[in-house]
Parts: sequence; structure tokens; C-alpha cells
Amino acid sequence: MSAPRLPLHRRLREYGLDSVTLLVIPGVLFVLALFIYPFFYGLVLSFQPKAGDWLANYRKFFAEPFLYDTIGITLAIAVPATLLNVVLSVPVALRVRLLRRQRLLTTILVIPITLGTVMVAEGLLTYLGPRGWLNRTLLEFGLVDSPVRLVHNYWGVMLSLVITGFPFTFLLTLSYVTGIDPALEQAGAVLGARPRERFRRILLPLLAPGLAITLALAFVQAFTVFPSAILLGAPAGPTRVISIVAYQAAFEQYDYSMASAIAMLMAAVQLLIITLLLAARTLLFRGPASSGKG
Amino acid sequence: MRRGIGERMWACAVWTLVGFFVLNLLAMIGSVVVNSFGTRWFNSWLPAGYTAQWYALAWNEFQLPGILLVTAEVVGAVVLISGLIGVPAAYAMARRNFPGKQAVMFLFLLPLLVPPITYGIPMATVLYQAHLAGSISGVVLANLVPTVPFVILIMIPFVEQIDPRVEAAARVFGAGMLRLFLQVLVPLLTPGILAALLLVLVRTIAMFELTFLTSGPTSQTLVVALYYAVFAAGVRPGQSIDAMAVVYMITTLVWLLIALRFVNPTQIVTRAKR
Amino acid sequence: MAVVSRDFRELRLEHVSRDFGQFHALRDVNLTVRRGEFVALLGPSGCGKSTALNCIAGLLQVTGGAIYLDDQRLDELGPEDRGFGMVFQNYALFPHMTVRRNVGFGLVTQRRPRDEIARRVDEALALVRLETQADKLPGQLSGGQQQRVAIARAVVVAPPLVLMDEPLSNLDAKLRVEMRAEIRRIHSMLGCATIYVTHDQEEALSLADRILVMIEGQTRQIGAPEDLYARPETIDVAEFMGYRNLFESDAETVAGGLAVSIGGARMIGTPVGAIGARATVAIRPDDLRLTGDGRIAATVEIAEYHGRDFYAVARMDDGIELYFRSDTRIAVGDAVRLDAAPARILVYAA
Repeated sequence: MSAPRLPLHRRLREYGLDSVTLLVIPGVLFVLALFIYPFFYGLVLSFQPKAGDWLANYRKFFAEPFLYDTIGITLAIAVPATLLNVVLSVPVALRVRLLRRQRLLTTILVIPITLGTVMVAEGLLTYLGPRGWLNRTLLEFGLVDSPVRLVHNYWGVMLSLVITGFPFTFLLTLSYVTGIDPALEQAGAVLGARPRERFRRILLPLLAPGLAITLALAFVQAFTVFPSAILLGAPAGPTRVISIVAYQAAFEQYDYSMASAIAMLMAAVQLLIITLLLAARTLLFRGPASSGKG
Repeated sequence: MRRGIGERMWACAVWTLVGFFVLNLLAMIGSVVVNSFGTRWFNSWLPAGYTAQWYALAWNEFQLPGILLVTAEVVGAVVLISGLIGVPAAYAMARRNFPGKQAVMFLFLLPLLVPPITYGIPMATVLYQAHLAGSISGVVLANLVPTVPFVILIMIPFVEQIDPRVEAAARVFGAGMLRLFLQVLVPLLTPGILAALLLVLVRTIAMFELTFLTSGPTSQTLVVALYYAVFAAGVRPGQSIDAMAVVYMITTLVWLLIALRFVNPTQIVTRAKR
Repeated sequence: MAVVSRDFRELRLEHVSRDFGQFHALRDVNLTVRRGEFVALLGPSGCGKSTALNCIAGLLQVTGGAIYLDDQRLDELGPEDRGFGMVFQNYALFPHMTVRRNVGFGLVTQRRPRDEIARRVDEALALVRLETQADKLPGQLSGGQQQRVAIARAVVVAPPLVLMDEPLSNLDAKLRVEMRAEIRRIHSMLGCATIYVTHDQEEALSLADRILVMIEGQTRQIGAPEDLYARPETIDVAEFMGYRNLFESDAETVAGGLAVSIGGARMIGTPVGAIGARATVAIRPDDLRLTGDGRIAATVEIAEYHGRDFYAVARMDDGIELYFRSDTRIAVGDAVRLDAAPARILVYAA
């Protein structure tokens, strides 16, 4: 004689599906409707150009230097900025973790992130301008003969990416670094390893997976630079980044199909770089950064 | 541990770098503030004189009262709605293990990992087709896309911190779902909810790309209005633009300082992986 | 056996002190450790024993006094230059390296030739009986196994001195007893001088040649385990060493020795140091015998069954509680009579 079957809702509960689970539905629907759906809508739209066959948009992109150059231009800004931000974050994070009262420093560093890229752009326009304080100081100390051109060009955008990007990479790296058990370095020291060797053999391998993630997130931020490139850069030429042409296609030429195509290409480049970084990460150790129990 | 000469020099170099960064940051902010109060500032370290006229000018020229109101509406709606959707969803994610949970988690992670411009353009297209763009509702919807997942991801650890046995105890003592929620969970979750909502507030005030792509002339937030002002810099006097910038800065920084009472600066930044 | 300890005569701590701002973690600590000796630093939490160990290792600088290894002054050297071995409380194994690479870390730092490293690592792993786990990562090992890797890593560099910071405190009780035997075995095989920090007096008593009891940053007593067990020099040391029965009493010199009153009964005790009219009496629970004609009368308030015997707490007429052990069955409410030998009733100045 077999046991009676449980009512449906009890069986579902065994799978973790009950009325509480339903609470995720609004969030899920929301993300599906306004993130996933537009993405696929855009993907499909990119294959429905105003004129020509389904690949016309993409072909047009790679046929016109005005358009395909933007990938190179954007990478030329994003890659150095990201590398600089991540590489600098490591020694700074390693020092700051030894500090007892970090909060003041981290608060100050969070300010540029909070202010956002538009505000930083305006700030740099004032500060880095030919009559701004930076150039004044350089002239005053005789380091240059005439004001250095730092706005409305590549350097302005680069500096804005550093000001908004470095705090981000620093805070991320700091959180990874503080996750490493200090006893590991102590053990290394007692075993005879000096600071350089401890960094090379203990800290860096343990940080590397986290740094890969930091690189990925920082790169994605830098690659999609937008208002700085317009306000602080030279959007017509040297800093015509890919987000600008995507925007122009949508809101100046009203060619939503082309704009979607460019957005897809942006996503594709980002995805490619992230995949490469994450693949490199899986080659490195990914275990816990403390050792065993205790 | 004892430090040798080499290490001391290295430490010095690192701190010099940090100091240099902070100095330039503060000088950048300072030059904006000073400029906004200067009468004429042409070729000297400081302006010729000081005035508050630019603020009055900016107030009228840029229609700041209206913009501030719009910003408040947008930010308020975003904070409220993302809280209402996000907190219960976080509770469900923390307490239930259902098939497909990994996929749902990934779904919530995506809008935080993908930068706003990338998904903003397709999303704006959809909103325009739905005739929602250009209005405040469109802007609110656009800004909700990263904030709902953000609230969820921040709240999940807070919910997990609450011992499920506390909830079990409440149920044993007869509390129904609603009473459980109101009298047990919400009080325990209040610090987390506060932290999450304040962070959403700060991030939404500064969120440029999404609002930029979906707003119309009557639904611009402060940061977008600032962008347009800087963009059209030749037309208006620079000092009034800086005055507007200062208003924006004060708004953001005030809320940042409030948020920092409840939250570690790191949490503003570490959205996803931690 | 190639893993042997380096020759040295002694390690000396002379008037070592360590302050953290206003807090004196260590005060005037003096200790000499001879080659091959196993010395335990024993004390309650916060007494400074780990601080002392970290100063010896070089992870903390001393703020006063000096440390010498024979004639060489150590406290000016960094930890990298002292050449000691150290086993950390949470093992501190490098999680991204296999057991083999963990153990070989110190040898790689010394730039030893590859084959020598391989040979010495194999020997060290054989010593701790972990040859089969050589290619595993620490995360794949149990607590006891990680412990042994940590020991192997410390001894493979043939240090003159091995420092151990409460290595067994994270293990469960059974494992702790096993590992204690392991440590004893390794110590007798290698003969490395060892300084072992612990708060567990049983561990210290069973492992050490000499024990240094530290309380509140100061040395209270140094001696052989038997001396600390039977003749603690001060009340705090007695209390720490398990003399649970501590109470005040009058003291009077009589014909047979020093008389104290315990629960109304006059008993002869052994004075430790100069005693005045008031004294503190200290008796180990195991030294109180349950006998029919015992002079101390008490009523049992708590009786715990521990398999082999009972742990009990009984209250005397004057209200003071006595802790003792009984081989025979007792129950709450029983009236019992206890006795203790004069040599095991220690009397300290009040």
C-alpha cells in the first residue's frame, strides 16, 4: 500500500517554491522587461537596417574609418587608464591596509565616484584650463614655459578616467587585500622572505584572481566613457569614443537600427576582453585567501 | 614588523602619490567653488572680487528650482520603488533555494556589471517606442534598472545575517506572514535597508547616462542639466555654470555624508562580487 | 636524519618589555632557553605570552631590554634574519601552494639547490607522516594534517629554535591529545629547542622541560613541571595551575607546623613564603580525599558523573565551597567528610 501523495503546494515547497519565492517575481520581471528584452530587441533591430541586407549596419561600421576607428580610439583611452588605475591601486592598497584610521582617506577617495563623470569633467575644465591652478603652479615653478594643453584633448579624458577610476580600483583592491590573512605574510617573513619576495610569492598570487576581476570591471567602466569624452575631450577627433557614435546614431541621426548595432559591438568588445581576463583568472589559484581553520 | 630603509622610501613614495592625488582632487573642487564666487577671474591666482550673483543667475537661467524638484521626484520614486521591489526579492533569494536560482542571481548581477551606456541605448529605444521616454516615468524606469538589482545584492547578506531560527520562533509563537514581516524582519533589517536606500539615492543623483538618454526637457535631473550647461559653455558665463556645479556638488555630498553614517565607503563601490 | 637543529648554546631574554601606548604587555621578562630544551610559556589569555613569542620571532619589536642568541644581539634583526621556525595558531599555510611547496618555502628563500630542497622536504614530510598528501592544497587537508604541514615547514629549515603559538587550540579534544604525542615525538627525534605558548596547563605539563608562567605581562614562576604542579610560588600561579580551592583562613604556627582552619577543622598546612596572621589556603581538587574519618565536613551541592569518577562541589558550614573528586558514587545532599595531607595543603600570605 503506497503512501498518499502530498498536496501540490507541499510538494512544491520541497523544491523551495512557495509564496515567499514569488517575491522575486517583480524584480525578475522588471529586469527581463527593461534589460533583457531591450537587449534582444536591440540585437534584432541591428539586423534590420534602414537600407541594405541584414548585415548592412555592421558592414557600414567596418567600412567607414570614421566609425571603426572609434574602437581603436576608445581602446587607446581605456586600456592605459585601466592598467594605470589597477597597477597603482596595488601598492596604495597594501600601504593603506596597515593604516589604523582608513575611513577619512576612503571617504575622500569616494568623492569623485559620488560626484560622477559630469562634475569631474567640469571641475577639470576649470582646474586644468590654461589659466587654471595647475598650469599656474607649473608656470610659477618654471616647470613649463607656456600653459600645458590638458583640456579638450586626449589628456583631459585620460585624467578624468584616472580621477574617477582610481578610487574604484583602489577600494576593490583594498577589499581583496584585507581579505588576505596577515599571518601569511608573517609566516613568510619568519621563513626568511623579505618584503619584495613576500609580495612576489605570497601576496601577488593570492591577489591575482581579485585583480583580474578589478581589471574587468575597471575596463568596462573606462571603455564606456561618455560625457568626459565630449565635455573634456575632442569629440570630433582624438576622443571620438564608440559611445559617442552610438549616441549620435540614435539621437542625432535617428537611426535606431545603427545605434543598436554599435551598442552590440560595444558589448561584444567588452565581452571579449572580460572573457580573456576571466579565462586568465581561472588559470590562477582561486581558493580562500586565509588558510584552513582559525 | 621592522622596516628597513628601502621599505621606508617606498612607503614615502606611495604616500606622496596618494597625497598628490588628494591634493589635485581637492584643488579641482576648490577651483570650481572659487570660480563660482568670483567676479572676474582672468589671469591671477584668485578672482578679482567675490559675489553671489552667479548663483542668482544660475537659479533663474538654468531653472534650478524646477530641476531640483524633478530630481527630487525622480530620486524619491527610484528609492521607493527599488526598495519595494528589491527588499522582498532579496528576502526570497536569501531564504529559498529554488531551481533556477543561479540563473536569477545572474540576471540580477547583469545590470550591475554592464555599464549604463551599453544597455542604455537599446533600453532608451524601447522606452521611446513605448512613448514613455521624455517623461519622468521614463526616467524613473530607466534608473530603476541598475538600482533594483543593487538593492537586492546589498540586502541579501543582511537577510542572511538574521538567524532563520528567529523567524521560526516568531512563527511558533503564532505570527502570520505579515506580522512576521512588519514586527520582526523590518526592524532587524532596518540598518541594511537604510544603507541600501541611501546608496541608491546617492547613485541615482549622480547617474548621468540613463537619465540623459531617456529624459526630455521637462524631466532632466540636476546632473543632466549640468551637462547641458557645460556643453553649451560658450553661451553662458562660466561662473554661473560653476555655480550650478556647486549646487550639484552640495546636493551629492550632503547625501554622501549622511549615507556614510550607515555605510562603509567601500560599499558604494563594491556592487557585485563581494 | 638530516633534519637536525643548528648548534647554539642559549637564547636569552634580558629584561624584555613591550608596551602598546600606555598598555604594558610585557614587563621585565627574563628567560634563558638552552639548546634542545622545550620551554612552555603558560598563562591565561591576554597575559602577554603570544606577545613574548612575537618579540622573539621578530614580528614585534621590544620596547625595552634585549634578546640574545649566544653573543649575537637579536632584537635589532628583522624576522627574516633570525632563522627561527614558527608554527602559527591558525597554521598560516599558503593556500595557493601545495603541501610540498609550503614546506619548501623557507628553503627556496635560502636559494638552496633544487635536489636538496626536494630531499629535505621529503624527509620533513616523512617525519610528520604526510608523504601521501604532498601534492594536495591546504584547503583539502584536515585540521590535524594542516597542523603537521605547519610543523614540517618550520623544522625543515633546521632552525636553532622552533616557536609554537598555541598550535593545538583549534583542534578538537581527541586530536589535541594525538598531536601532543606527535609534537613530543618530533621534539625527541630532532632535538630542536622549542618555545611553546599555551593557556592549557595540561599541555604545558606534559610537553615541557621547563614552564614559565606569565600573568599580566610578568613572569610569575619558572620551573620544572613537577615544581609548578606541586609548589606554585604565588596565589595567581596556584590558581592558574588548577588549585581550585582557594580561601582565606587564620594561620598560626603550632608544634607540628602551620595550622589553618578549613571549614572549622584545624589542619596542618605547608607554608609557601613568609606567612602572617591571615593566609590564603590552596588545595588541588584531586588532593582532597573522601574518607569516613576526614576532619572536614561538607554537604554536596553539585555532583557530575565523569565516567571514571565524580567531580563534586560541596559546601562547608562556613559557607565556603570545596571542589573535589570522588571514586565512589555521591549524590546531591550527601554529607561528606574530606581530608588532605599537610604537604598538599599550601598556605600563602593573604
